[in-house]
Amino acid sequence: MKKTIITVVGKDSVGIIAKVCTYLSENQVNILDISQTIVQGYFNMMMIADVNEATKDFVGLSNDLEKIGEEIGCIIKIQREDIFNKMHRL
Amino acid sequence: MININEVLETNKMIEKQNLDVRTITLGINLLDCSDSDVNVVAENVYNKITTVAKDLVPTGQMIEKELGIPIVNKRISITPISLVGANACKSPEDYVVIAKALDRAAKKVGVNFIGGYSALVSKGMTKSDEYLIRSIPQAMKETDLICSSINVGSTKTGINMDAVKLLGEIVLETAELTKENDSLGCAKLVILCNAPDDNPFMAGAFHGVTEADAIINVGVSGPGVVKSALESAKGADFGTLCETVKKTAFKITRVGQLVASEASRRLGIPFGIIDLSLAPTPAIGDSIAEIFEVMGLERAGAPGTTAALAMLNDQVKKGGVMASSYVGGLSGAFIPVSEDQGMIDAVKEGALSLEKLEAMTCVCSVGLDMIAIPGDTKATTISGLIADEMAIGMVNQKTTAVRIIPVIGKKVGDIAEFGGLLGYAPIMKVNEFSCDDFVNRGGRIPAPIHSFKN
Repeated sequence: MKKTIITVVGKDSVGIIAKVCTYLSENQVNILDISQTIVQGYFNMMMIADVNEATKDFVGLSNDLEKIGEEIGCIIKIQREDIFNKMHRL
Repeated sequence: MININEVLETNKMIEKQNLDVRTITLGINLLDCSDSDVNVVAENVYNKITTVAKDLVPTGQMIEKELGIPIVNKRISITPISLVGANACKSPEDYVVIAKALDRAAKKVGVNFIGGYSALVSKGMTKSDEYLIRSIPQAMKETDLICSSINVGSTKTGINMDAVKLLGEIVLETAELTKENDSLGCAKLVILCNAPDDNPFMAGAFHGVTEADAIINVGVSGPGVVKSALESAKGADFGTLCETVKKTAFKITRVGQLVASEASRRLGIPFGIIDLSLAPTPAIGDSIAEIFEVMGLERAGAPGTTAALAMLNDQVKKGGVMASSYVGGLSGAFIPVSEDQGMIDAVKEGALSLEKLEAMTCVCSVGLDMIAIPGDTKATTISGLIADEMAIGMVNQKTTAVRIIPVIGKKVGDIAEFGGLLGYAPIMKVNEFSCDDFVNRGGRIPAPIHSFKN
């Protein structure tokens, strides 16, 4: 399974999660875990997702999510899980 | 499973603290490009580079996208050209033909720099080495992406003072030929002692003859991350300070290792080494000098700076070594002036002198780096500065380097602009007492006594 981490950071507003999740489901990205926290008034969400069956390639997903982020005033990033595992796990 | 705080910490390092992978450098052996006709050599070199490195830039960009971390430079290092061209080049002009081919190849594959317009003359110069060295000013004038390095000394061989003398003149001539751009040519010319074969950083990168046909070397960075981590250790004792640097260096290096192994796998080229260097950029917050300030020094150059740098350099290595399977290259903190805003400020305010910088190079990599000096500095004075720095490297069994820029038409207090990652630099004062008779002696400085270990 190719696990990826999707992060959404920005001002909290109605429908952020809905918008992102709708996009992911339309593109066959399976969400495995969601967590969120508010840091200094900013909304931080992290999703662990499986992009194995995704209908778009990584670059396509990344560009689309960036665009959605601009629409809702958030920064949305998709990154492979490896960078976090490497940095934080021995 | 990874938790949200860990993810946010990593992304904060990337977005706010300028964490990046400074370079993926692809080393390419060009010894098989040799021929007796210089035009054939140029064509062979062009063909080999554009074949082996054709996927380097797109692969780097793909890794950047997937991991979400900037890979600032994609570069190529090549076999020292004085070896590749020895058979064909009968004059400095012949070498310029190869230089132009290298520049075209670098532009074709889209890399930021190509390093290895080099000669290794630590004990003596062949005719070919000398032609290459004499071609440097013209080669720098006529190309954009070529970096040149000359190894003029080592702990094992001593210092080739004939080469040091010649290079004083070559540095000045390069400055003169590139004076429209604040003598930018000299920013791409470095003179080394104990040059490593696997350095991924410019301007000193070349693909040593001890290396395989092609190899991936990666240079990490992250002074901003170290600085931020130390801010949280304010007032703590040295033990805590060191632990903080080590842990941070470990994390940074792990990312470098990941990028290196990904690049190696995708390109089908073996992984060589990670270079554990803290490399600053002119961006605010991405500065070695600012780390000193967080450690408790008012400005870089204040008493205590050499000790702070020694400690920083050592802890970065201690943290980084465990994070990577192979460590090499230069591996240490860089202290370039023009590429570090905190260093620039320190010079402007009079806190940092050339002599203090020289002392600092005893405890870190690499040497007198990106230092602008008055354009009317004498060639012998430049040779004297080079000789001093080479002596530090030779005696301390470490790499040292000199990349100084005599900026033609500018004097102490003026500013030289190099642009991009090379930054800008205030012209620094040079000791004007003569060393003519010393430099003009000719010959070699013998290897130091502690090099005889057999």
